[in-house]
Amino acid sequence: MNNINLEINIAGIKLKNPVIAASGCFGFGREYSRYFDLNRLGGIAVKGLTKLARKGNPPPRIAETPSGILNSVGLQNPGVKTFIEKEIPFLRSYGIAIIANASGNTIEDYEYMVEILSSADVDGIELNLSCPNVKEGCMSFGSTSNGVFEVVSRVKKKAGKPLIVKLTPNVTDITEIARAAETAGADSVSLINTLLGMAIDAKTKRPILGNVTGGLSGPAVKPIALRMVYQVSKAVKIPIIGMGGISNGTDAVEFLLAGASAVMLGTAGFVNPMAWVETIEGLEKYMIENNVKSVTELIGGLIA
Amino acid sequence: MNTIYKIVKSEKLNIDTFLLTVESEKIAKKSRPGQIVHIKCGNGTEAYLRRPISICSVDREKGTFDLAIQIRGKGTKILSCLKAGDDIDVMGPLGQGFSLYPRHKKIIAVGGGIGIFPLLQLLKDHPAQNKKAILGFRTRSLIILENEFRQSCNELLIATDDGSYGEKGFVTELLKKEVEKELPDMVFICGPTVMMKAGVELLKKHNIPCEVSMEQRMGCGIGACLVCVCKIKKDDDWNYTQICKSGPVFSGDEVIFD
Repeated sequence: MNNINLEINIAGIKLKNPVIAASGCFGFGREYSRYFDLNRLGGIAVKGLTKLARKGNPPPRIAETPSGILNSVGLQNPGVKTFIEKEIPFLRSYGIAIIANASGNTIEDYEYMVEILSSADVDGIELNLSCPNVKEGCMSFGSTSNGVFEVVSRVKKKAGKPLIVKLTPNVTDITEIARAAETAGADSVSLINTLLGMAIDAKTKRPILGNVTGGLSGPAVKPIALRMVYQVSKAVKIPIIGMGGISNGTDAVEFLLAGASAVMLGTAGFVNPMAWVETIEGLEKYMIENNVKSVTELIGGLIA
Repeated sequence: MNTIYKIVKSEKLNIDTFLLTVESEKIAKKSRPGQIVHIKCGNGTEAYLRRPISICSVDREKGTFDLAIQIRGKGTKILSCLKAGDDIDVMGPLGQGFSLYPRHKKIIAVGGGIGIFPLLQLLKDHPAQNKKAILGFRTRSLIILENEFRQSCNELLIATDDGSYGEKGFVTELLKKEVEKELPDMVFICGPTVMMKAGVELLKKHNIPCEVSMEQRMGCGIGACLVCVCKIKKDDDWNYTQICKSGPVFSGDEVIFD
């Protein structure tokens, strides 16, 4: 259509368009496949996986906030082996990139995850060093440059697939963390994971979330996410996948201009199950109206 | 997928509860008693998330369905301001409804507060010959849909916490009396967790099957985000299971009430 090219290559992961379903908001794609053709997507980052199945945190696991949500799911998932056996064949029936999101409690867990996923039929691995809802691993590794460097350099040796490191915004300087990931061998970084937050019910004087604290996402976090993508794009050379509050094509364009090569969205789909498709259509419309031939022209195109 | 429908009627039921009639042939035809819909509240800036609401009743001929909604917060307040002719964004029907088995000849539907709503269409649709409803309210002025329930079952019992109407006390006490009088084949319970827990324990003693309808803060409404979970037994263990997709109705004996 109209000769515009939405294709993008993120560190060897080929995407037919730069819109990816964000991890944790899209399960393994089955539910939303009843709402739209998953082939429309550039890719799917699947629900955060761990070595063994995890039950997750006690409910309530969600609290509404002004223009957003807090969640405290806590990586409920069936375990990486079940994912490989039961979910990859389903996802492979679509022509989209499969990005496996991997978490662990220890460096050894992360090594195991990257090794097993490297021999599975996925297109890339998103290393989750940023989940705020689990006690061990994850954000505790992702909050310091040393932690990120150590995990990423160790798992890189086991990685046979492009490695995306998902960064937490709950740090003093996200550019330091991004640099540590790049130096340790990350092929790409994705940001931002959720911002650690809290909601209290004044009536009952209790926290709303069963886990007390949770991760903030949705339109409320977009300005922070944009700023961080912009700063990280100045700090590293590896491609960036931007996310945080994206709900439509214009939002996606803003992230690309800030320096992202692709975007992820998740929370917006809770309100509008067509958010992913509408974001792709909105991006196409923007490109046509602004005479942009290839999406690559937009990346880092901010006039500042 | 179209999710925009027209409101046919909005009617106040009591001080904080209203009834919305929505035109949707799809939802009226497809929905089963106990299923939910997921509703966007306004443009989503004041209340970001959709609100899950049980379908109260359907008119399959007219192609409309009714939602009884209690104003509890920002979202339901926005919905209460909608008028006939307004658009409403509704996903659904979603989830699993109640089991309607012809082998269940005698049934009792037990509801407390806003938990009574999904029981109305259940009573209308259930093939049982003997259908009894036990509904609980805090006080007389809050009693709603009494005639609708009376017309949909053989016998309606009402309990109020303060005794201002019907029996004084909890619905579970009335259920106990009824069960001791004559054993039903199946019981359906919807209401506060403590009420459902007490009901399930009572029925277990008598070996009577039952179904309960669970409630939890919800995200996507279709099973993808894993936030609206409850504990469901699995073999010797349990799993957090999505209420929006595998529920809201579960067999009473598979739910672990904390």
